[in-house]
Amino acid sequence: MTTMLEMRQVSRSYGEGAALVHALIDADLSVRAGELVAVMGPSGSGKSTLLTIAGTLEEPTSGSVLIGGRDVSDLSRNDRARLRRRSIGYVFQAFNLLAGLTAAENVALPLELDGTRSGVAQRAARVALDQLGLGDRAGHYPDQLSGGESQRVAIARAIVGDRRLLLADEPTGALDSTNGESVMRMLRATSKGGVAGVVVTHDAQLASWADRVVFMRDGRVVDQTPPRPDVESLLEPSPRP
Amino acid sequence: MSVRHALLALLGEGPKYGLQLRQEFEAGTGDVWPLNVGQVYMTLQRLERDGLVAADEDADEGPQKCYRITEAGREELMSWLGPPLDTGVPPRDELVIKVLVALRVPGVDVVDLVQAHRRRLVGMMQYFTGVKAEADERDGGLLLVADAEIYRLDAVIRWLESAEARLRQGVDLRFPSAPLSPVALRRRQRGMRR
Repeated sequence: MTTMLEMRQVSRSYGEGAALVHALIDADLSVRAGELVAVMGPSGSGKSTLLTIAGTLEEPTSGSVLIGGRDVSDLSRNDRARLRRRSIGYVFQAFNLLAGLTAAENVALPLELDGTRSGVAQRAARVALDQLGLGDRAGHYPDQLSGGESQRVAIARAIVGDRRLLLADEPTGALDSTNGESVMRMLRATSKGGVAGVVVTHDAQLASWADRVVFMRDGRVVDQTPPRPDVESLLEPSPRP
Repeated sequence: MSVRHALLALLGEGPKYGLQLRQEFEAGTGDVWPLNVGQVYMTLQRLERDGLVAADEDADEGPQKCYRITEAGREELMSWLGPPLDTGVPPRDELVIKVLVALRVPGVDVVDLVQAHRRRLVGMMQYFTGVKAEADERDGGLLLVADAEIYRLDAVIRWLESAEARLRQGVDLRFPSAPLSPVALRRRQRGMRR
């Protein structure tokens, strides 16, 4: 499978002098198409910074970010904005749906902003909503949707069109456990369909839906679980300290 | 699992040297609990102080000290091996004791130890979440079992996280000087009420 996201030795610091903060230090992360990776760590461990840099919403102080094999730093400002609109989907804890638009209009919005004709965008939106089991909610406004449905609309908006990289920051933070589980099911199914997914969370239960869990501490990637653990490896004795 | 009682159990088989005890302990626990030599001697010294072991006078003169179990040591071991008198005592959590023991073993980075366990526990959780993800939605029994395992693992992971947070705050977890068993904790509480 192709590597969709590759971060090499990425660092990010803020401020200077005595107020210098190293939010991210030499982080490496590589995510293939069809793979869902969770980034787990306590507050302040650098996981959200990692995600915003992966999503090209912020530039690293040093290191490189490749999306679909292209080094983001080689792109012009406009090309980078186009990459964000066309290839990357974002899901946040707050659903960020526009209240005046229906579910389908919300989902179609990123395509229309990118110049896709309205009819084509609306059809793509219906496809994405169907994929998330929300076909019958297409005409509903955000205030007519439950929390779980709203987050699924947000996921539909994140994957609409031909997006290959899905970035989610605590996507179930505002949901109860049943709705949280259904959202994670959707994210897992979406990545199985060929999308590279990154979910940032402090919650182990949420992280456990991923194929691989990467652990962060003090701005560094310190450890990760092997991909898809099998039963045999789990029955071996605990690791030596 | 308690190092103290494990060493008493090994000495119950006959007099032994410290290094021999360490080797037998590690072999006996399938190398799950690596034991530092210092830890062995520290435990032996405490056991000797408490009159539970003594120097073996019959052993050959040499640079190493040979230990034997005393009558009081046998009683202590038997009361530990026997059924607990107070059935209200919760079972010991091996991981809790392991982390507490690790804090006392020189050269062990407890934060790394916590992470090693977290990786393993999250890995197990991924397995059960996978079971849940692949299960037929109507298979309520399987879903409930997977949920039970996931919540159990989650509780342990949360405990590890709070332990790590406390360590990073610089809390001295070596205080009090001996790891507290639930029994000792209960005795302590009783003492306070008096």
